[in-house]
Amino acid sequence: MFARIGGTGHYLPEQCLTNAMLEQRVDTSHDWIVERTGIHQRHIAGDGENAVTMGVAAARQALAAAQLAVDDLDLIVVATTSGDRAFPSVACEIQAALTEQNIPAFDVAAACSGFIFALSVADQYIRSGTYRNVLVIGTDVLSRLCHPEDRNTIVLFGDGAGAVVVQASEQPGIISTHLHSAGEFADLLGANHPKRHGDAQLDALSEAWMYMKGNEVFKVAVSKLSELVAETLTANGLSAEDLDWLVPHQANLRIIKATAKKLKMPMNQVITTLADTGNTSAASVPIALDVAVRDGRIQRGQNLLLEAFGGGFAWGSALVTY
Amino acid sequence: MSTIEERVKKIIIEQLGVKEEEVKPEASFENDLGADSLDTVELVMALEEEFETEIPDEEAEKIKTVQAAIDYVTNHAND
Repeated sequence: MFARIGGTGHYLPEQCLTNAMLEQRVDTSHDWIVERTGIHQRHIAGDGENAVTMGVAAARQALAAAQLAVDDLDLIVVATTSGDRAFPSVACEIQAALTEQNIPAFDVAAACSGFIFALSVADQYIRSGTYRNVLVIGTDVLSRLCHPEDRNTIVLFGDGAGAVVVQASEQPGIISTHLHSAGEFADLLGANHPKRHGDAQLDALSEAWMYMKGNEVFKVAVSKLSELVAETLTANGLSAEDLDWLVPHQANLRIIKATAKKLKMPMNQVITTLADTGNTSAASVPIALDVAVRDGRIQRGQNLLLEAFGGGFAWGSALVTY
Repeated sequence: MSTIEERVKKIIIEQLGVKEEEVKPEASFENDLGADSLDTVELVMALEEEFETEIPDEEAEKIKTVQAAIDYVTNHAND
């Protein structure tokens, strides 16, 4: 039994934040941002939008693409770290918006790698025969966690959601997933919850913005992703020539290029959306996947390597025959 | 067998896409060879791979010139 991707979808908010607009807000420049990140603009969630509304929009597209009725879903797994509430989970709110069936719905928190972790969860449930139709969503509004004057973070992050319907199938399928975490790096990248009690209450907001030590994150990301892609191929007795597409997390073009170089894959076999989207955290891999499925680059039967690295640190990959 | 100096210079030429004659001992990666902060991170990683060593972040920050890179590797060659 395999877990096969039946359909994909994504949602990006309408309003955009361009590099030119950022030049007006903080000390930065279009050229500086493009050279170091490859990002030209990001989509920013509007007032009425959040991780739930974007996730629902992406999910409806994925269900339509899979031609699956929402009431046939068995499970909803949502990768996010930017829901409006501590609880209920984003997944429960998305379930309420989609269906009256009391199917299980829960969040997976692995920051930018969340979608890969959630996809791995779905894969295990389907392979074990527990569930047949699983909705996996990555949705994040990390622009709201960035301090408006912190040029280290606001140039990087945008909002969005991506979704896939994963279904039991005799055909492969997700071939393997590979997950890793290293909690000792928590001080390099993160965002605290605002404190709700004690003397620190008044300082709560100032401590709750995202922090990132970019160069150090970059170094660990490049080296861990190199190991990860090699591990993924070795585990399946494959080489990079067996891959049709690399679908990387869209954090930084320099990291993506370094990973492609390690695989000796030309950039025309790498799906990139970050020029238009920035880093959409858990949404980035399913957005890139859906964009390339819809524009016809990714075809049925092709081999895809999905990978991501992010806060935790947490990083992971999935080898998928689409 | 190439000397340490030759191997370091070869990596700098490859990583930064500069010409051999530009890689003078006193040349600064950021000021003279057009490297940005991520280039220098990648350069240090390439040195680590070539010389099978790990350069701690606080040491890596001090490697700002061609000579500093050669000196670091030379001094840690027998670690």
